[in-house]
Amino acid sequence: MIAVIDYGAGNLFSVCNALQYLNIPHEVTKDTDVINRAEAVILPGVGAFPAAMDSLRATGLIGAIRENAQKKPLLGICLGMQMLFDRSDENGLCNGLGLIPGEVHRIPSKRVIIPHMGWNELVITQDSPLLRSIEKPVYTYFVHSYQAFCNDRYIIAYSDYDGKIPALVTDGKFVFGAQYHPEKSGEKGLQMLRNFEEMAK
Amino acid sequence: MLAKRIIPCLDVRHGKVVKGVNFMGVKDVGDPVACAAEYNRQGADEIVFYDIVASHEGRGTFLDVVRETAKQVFVPLTVGGGIATVNDMRETLRAGADKISINSAAVKNPQLISDGAEIFGSQCIVVGIDAKRDGKGGYTVYVNGGRIDMHVDLLKWVEEIEQRGAGEICLNSIDTDGVRGGFDLEMLQAVCSRVRIPVIASGGAGKLGDFAEAFLKTGATAALAASLFHFGELTIPQVKADCRSKGIPMR
Repeated sequence: MIAVIDYGAGNLFSVCNALQYLNIPHEVTKDTDVINRAEAVILPGVGAFPAAMDSLRATGLIGAIRENAQKKPLLGICLGMQMLFDRSDENGLCNGLGLIPGEVHRIPSKRVIIPHMGWNELVITQDSPLLRSIEKPVYTYFVHSYQAFCNDRYIIAYSDYDGKIPALVTDGKFVFGAQYHPEKSGEKGLQMLRNFEEMAK
Repeated sequence: MLAKRIIPCLDVRHGKVVKGVNFMGVKDVGDPVACAAEYNRQGADEIVFYDIVASHEGRGTFLDVVRETAKQVFVPLTVGGGIATVNDMRETLRAGADKISINSAAVKNPQLISDGAEIFGSQCIVVGIDAKRDGKGGYTVYVNGGRIDMHVDLLKWVEEIEQRGAGEICLNSIDTDGVRGGFDLEMLQAVCSRVRIPVIASGGAGKLGDFAEAFLKTGATAALAASLFHFGELTIPQVKADCRSKGIPMR
């Protein structure tokens, strides 16, 4: 069973719709016990960083998420991915979960439209079980104005948008983050969710 | 680099798919959820649902269609028709829409664009426009399905839309809609050169090459069509293959 963290994130229902469609057992939860007995955890997210961290803190789950991330797969999606990093300066400085070293800042280019919205290609720089059985080219659906800045060693794939945008990241162990929305990225996005379930077994 | 998008539009009336030609002569075609799932399978980059009746009583049925589609279709879903308040927007997003498209209501009350962008984020506010040549070298904006001329200058209107925080513009040309002679390239380019937000070309696609032409000759980032795909005259993979062969990035 995958625990999907419920802290009021906007894409919670689309993530659950996708898991449901794939027949992947999951529970939407605010409960530490459910997270403890889950095989894997998904942290969804849409919106602004500090507001989302506040809502997550209000659930009292931050400790449980950090602990479980040391022993079972965790997937952060969109803002949920950004929250895996140390801090963001969206609407003022705010600490994240600190599970992957790096920071989140506004997409710096002045030449492209912000938000970065639409289908962009993944440039894959590392093998990952999350990308198993997925044929190239891999286009995924992005909607965001802020991006992660981190060491290349944490990047599985990036997208080019007048600069390098970390698209799929990992701590090298159990923690994964997708800047794009696998739940809105067609068949290839669904395959990533299937792969995530496989990793949980 | 972002891929250009191909977007099929499903006009829905009383829970069924329809398509008007020049907004008249409606043919009943089929189940919207099944159609959306088929487009998803074909590789549509986004799907648009448009409630053409948009009556208060029919709202529930329409949102049921959106809800059911969101359970089976995993590409972005844009929903329009009859959205006139922030509350309508909220309801539609909760039903599973990723973006909401507003048209007449935005012309009558532009503040709706600002409010929607502030509450839900620019990325989910699409402003649809029906525009027509005014015979004097310009274009004016129409409302109520292209029936009423608001005497609003198109290029001033798109600047206001952008400034109020909309995430995208879907530009439909009344002159070319349903005629199938290709998109209105002049009007499209006039709008694309005025704003930085993405512009979706709508109205007029009639043959394979029309899509690539719009991408090559204007700044449009997406192209939308309804009946052409709906009656199976062209499939989305055919259109994408044609665009790809002309060097246009496609998913």
